[in-house]
Amino acid sequence: MQNRKIRVLIAKPGLDGHDRGIKAVTRGLRDAGMEVIYLGLRLTPEQIAEAAIQEDVDVVGLSCLSGAHLSLFPKTVSLVREKGGRDILFIGGGIIPKKDIPKLREAGIAQIFDPGTPLEEIVKFIKANLPEGVIDKED
Amino acid sequence: MPEKKNEITERKKEFRTTVDGMVVNRVYTPADLEECKQEGISVPGEYPYTRHIMPTGYRSKLWTMRQYAGFATVEETNKRYKYLYEQGQTGFSVAFHLPAQEGYDSDHPLSAGEVGKCGVAIDSLQDMERLWDGIPLAEVSTSMTINSTAPILLALYIAAAEKQGTSADKLRGTVQNDILKEYIARNTYIFGPTPSMRLVTDICSYCAQYMPLWNSISISGYHMREAGATAAQEAGFTLANGIAYVQAMIDRGMDVDSFAPRFSFFFAAYTNLLEEAAKFRALRRMWAKIMKERFGAKNPRSMMLRYHVQTDGFTLTEQQPLNNIVRVTLQALAAVLGSCQSLHTNSFDEALALPSEEAVQVALRTQQIIAYESGVTDTVDPLGGSYYIECLTNQIEDKAMRYINEIDKMGGALKAIEKGYIQREIATSAYNYQRAVDSGEQVVVGVNKFTVKEEQAPKVLEIGEEVEKRQTERLKRLKQERDNQKVSEVLDRVRNVAKSDENVMPALIEAVKAYATVGEISSALRDVFGEYREPNIF
Repeated sequence: MQNRKIRVLIAKPGLDGHDRGIKAVTRGLRDAGMEVIYLGLRLTPEQIAEAAIQEDVDVVGLSCLSGAHLSLFPKTVSLVREKGGRDILFIGGGIIPKKDIPKLREAGIAQIFDPGTPLEEIVKFIKANLPEGVIDKED
Repeated sequence: MPEKKNEITERKKEFRTTVDGMVVNRVYTPADLEECKQEGISVPGEYPYTRHIMPTGYRSKLWTMRQYAGFATVEETNKRYKYLYEQGQTGFSVAFHLPAQEGYDSDHPLSAGEVGKCGVAIDSLQDMERLWDGIPLAEVSTSMTINSTAPILLALYIAAAEKQGTSADKLRGTVQNDILKEYIARNTYIFGPTPSMRLVTDICSYCAQYMPLWNSISISGYHMREAGATAAQEAGFTLANGIAYVQAMIDRGMDVDSFAPRFSFFFAAYTNLLEEAAKFRALRRMWAKIMKERFGAKNPRSMMLRYHVQTDGFTLTEQQPLNNIVRVTLQALAAVLGSCQSLHTNSFDEALALPSEEAVQVALRTQQIIAYESGVTDTVDPLGGSYYIECLTNQIEDKAMRYINEIDKMGGALKAIEKGYIQREIATSAYNYQRAVDSGEQVVVGVNKFTVKEEQAPKVLEIGEEVEKRQTERLKRLKQERDNQKVSEVLDRVRNVAKSDENVMPALIEAVKAYATVGEISSALRDVFGEYREPNIF
């Protein structure tokens, strides 16, 4: 049983450079006591998956505002699963049309946070949906 | 004992233009004008151009209505351009898809999922020719939002125009070519700052010599604002970048008046109408002073801040999307009251997806209603002389100047970016804003107040997977049909020129004419210049 801070990897797959939201989320999660690794932008799903496994994270947060989410998010999830990150919780955000959300859910993204989501809501969601065995260590 | 005044309570302890923005007093009086000097209320068309660069303002010429557009392949975008033109748009503005912006062809693994999404897919001269099919480049003005690959895309535009029989000296338009703000906010950089600045100044020098009607750079505050900067930060950071570009050109041995008249700017307009209008007035005055006093410009055109405005994308809400029409109207009005030269109005559905044709039409109509029905264009700078506006103009100038002085102390914009100073300032403003929205202190109608259960999402434009397939097949055919021996020769030449001090533009024009692709040319430049990695600001 782990007794440590929640570890989150934050990354932007693809070529999209809009990083205002993801940077605010990074800071918000950190202020909520999580350990957040900001991997940055212009990354391939392979690079993100590699980092998720190496950093042994509990949560991966993906952002995309360019419209490439349907090809990039599912690919990242499946690569992480392949590499053995079975329990990692995936969340996402960006400009995501509502009708794409069921497809992303099916692909393993537990929740999509729309523009305008309060940071607190993301924190609550993560804490309520942590992979089994991860205990949120309050400090 | 003095009688206790019956004090009326106000709604808030303190009023500010935005979170982290300017403090707003209850009322402004002539005393405030006294306090912040009278120099603001000058004559339009005269130094320091606070009120307008032209004495006649919009009475002689309206701003250019220029809608940023581009999606899918060149055929779809060409159709949208023709539609916008028929609807009364007066200038074009090209959105390129991300692969072209970051130097990849549509068939590169990193392009997967991105082809034709954030803009139109352009890989080669063949695409650029078809983009302008039936649109005479001799007669229109075109703005191209392109930065790290700006020399390549400008070369493509020049070559496409030549195919139409129009030489470069006749072309009117703008190339964004502002790499510094890419490192700060927009993030489509490829190379590091040193080779990038060389490419920026290569374009500026080339245009100064061969393209007298072309704006060789559009120094942009828009993306920094979108990333979270306040109005004063946007003003200060943009002009600090402007100073860096002017200095870089002077360092190349250019006379300031030989290139500065073709420097242009690009700003955002937020919903706080009066702050935004004041910001534009402050910017005009600041740039005039910087050019005259700091750089010793003699030509008045070098001192005139000419700029494009885009209404602010960040303020658009996914919730109750029709409310965005009202936001865009206020923002567009701010741009016009601020005396802009060119304007893009966002479409109300842009927090949901790429804009639909209907939404684009409403956006353009918003400009036309302001231009032809509101009456604000009938007199120059109608807000001039208002106690509040003049005071706010001075305050923004003071605050923005403090940022410029701070950056000067660090050794200029490039150094400030390398230290992460500008990025951190902006990220902090963005975070404070988000916190204020989350706490309800900053009201966003339909998001944290006056919310409703959302109805069905409006119809949005979608780019199907077939676009990527079509584009990559086209690219494959091109690579089979062109003279590949010639392509490898022109790419060698690009590498050699990149290694030398020679201006890259002629070699790039030669390369695109041989149908070398954006990705191939970018790779050749990467071979010489290497690639940039973002410093971690956390």
